[in-house]
Amino acid sequence: MNIVLSNISKSYNGTRALRECSVAIEKGISTAVIGPNGSGKSTLLRIAALIEGPGSGKVSYGEFRSADDVKKLRQLIGVVLSGDTLFNDSVYDNVAYGLKIRKMNKNELRGKVSDMLASLSLSDKAGKHAMELSSGEAQRVAVARALVTEPEYLFLDEPTASLDPLNTEIIENALQEIRALRRMTIVTVTHNMFQTKRIADRVMMMYEGKVIEENITGAIFDSPENEITRRFINGIMVY
Amino acid sequence: MERLFYSIKEAFRLIITLDSEMLGIVSLSLGVSIAAICFASLAGIVLAYALAFRKVPLKAFVVSTMNTFMGLPPVVVGLVLYLLLSRSGPMGFMKLLYTPYAMVIAQVLLALPIITAMSHASLVAVRPAIKYAAKGLGASDAQASIAVVRYARYGIISSVMAGLGRVMAEVGAVLIVGGNIAGYTRVMTTTIALEYDKGNFELAIALGIILLLIALILNSALYMYQRKVYR
Repeated sequence: MNIVLSNISKSYNGTRALRECSVAIEKGISTAVIGPNGSGKSTLLRIAALIEGPGSGKVSYGEFRSADDVKKLRQLIGVVLSGDTLFNDSVYDNVAYGLKIRKMNKNELRGKVSDMLASLSLSDKAGKHAMELSSGEAQRVAVARALVTEPEYLFLDEPTASLDPLNTEIIENALQEIRALRRMTIVTVTHNMFQTKRIADRVMMMYEGKVIEENITGAIFDSPENEITRRFINGIMVY
Repeated sequence: MERLFYSIKEAFRLIITLDSEMLGIVSLSLGVSIAAICFASLAGIVLAYALAFRKVPLKAFVVSTMNTFMGLPPVVVGLVLYLLLSRSGPMGFMKLLYTPYAMVIAQVLLALPIITAMSHASLVAVRPAIKYAAKGLGASDAQASIAVVRYARYGIISSVMAGLGRVMAEVGAVLIVGGNIAGYTRVMTTTIALEYDKGNFELAIALGIILLLIALILNSALYMYQRKVYR
């Protein structure tokens, strides 16, 4: 199912984060969302991931309208948000959360959590409390708990921001391995242009609450049509 | 000095021999306070959640009132409740005055502001990202709300413990609305006050020791629970 956002607007305390933004996200494709701070990337991601409702406009997954089927659709989604979003629990309980929500039986749950912890090099951290982790480990746990439910749609908000190259590589490899096994739709908000080239099939450029350009990754970087996109990906100030 | 030693010795004798009068008072105290804390916790946590995350009319006023009422004098609560429950009062028909039910109501009124205000402070400190994260992992709105409460659970448990400490140590309100009737509404604190008046310190000291022991056990349990998680 493609994700379609139609005429989405969203404001926070009078400040407009999205302005009648319309976007179609293709199923099975990895899409990177880039743009300067405050351009509405994270808001777009939260609305597309059904975490927040839009102020106005519609979100649909294929024939399903988010407003009517939000409970069912959330079961198909995994999200990694930026910053510290781990629960006040052990690493194991954090990773098991989504499976418990889905009422998976204990033996199967244990196996899945162990496998996922191993694939993100976290097996020895299972019993640790989330607050005892380094930022790299914490982010790997956040990725593990989103992937363990085997979502059809994965939303990542700056998944490797402020991480060192090793942690970044572990996370990117885990994502690539899972993508090689299953055709998963991935939407990644990132400021890292190198990462965008590595992981994305398509790129959306956002500016002032709207998508101003969208294309396949190679085309965006080789021949951007919009002047703001060209300046942004070349590291020139666009403010 | 001799009297002090004698009183302490007799107090320990009462505790060791599990004196039946003393046990009756302790069990009534625990029964009233635990019932009160259950009602106050349920109402207080729900109210705190609503104040933290929902649109509630006069929210600022309610929060300020709860914060102010944390220091509510028990005798004032007892007096107001007495006026409401007395035969000529608006709730006199319920015939609750001088019953353990009136004592439970008084203790709920004393614990509710503490649990609400402290739980509210813990809940508003939870970042919105925690709720978003729960929803992003498949949680329904109700499950995401539970995740938020769970995230704030140490603060919430502390608020319940503070409320329990308040009601177990309180004497003025339960004395007024309970009447300190032997074998019916006489609890630990009112007995201590009464026995002190009579000059019989043995039972008062025994109950004082038990009161302190209960507080110590409950607080140690909370501390162990927190340490277990943060070790």
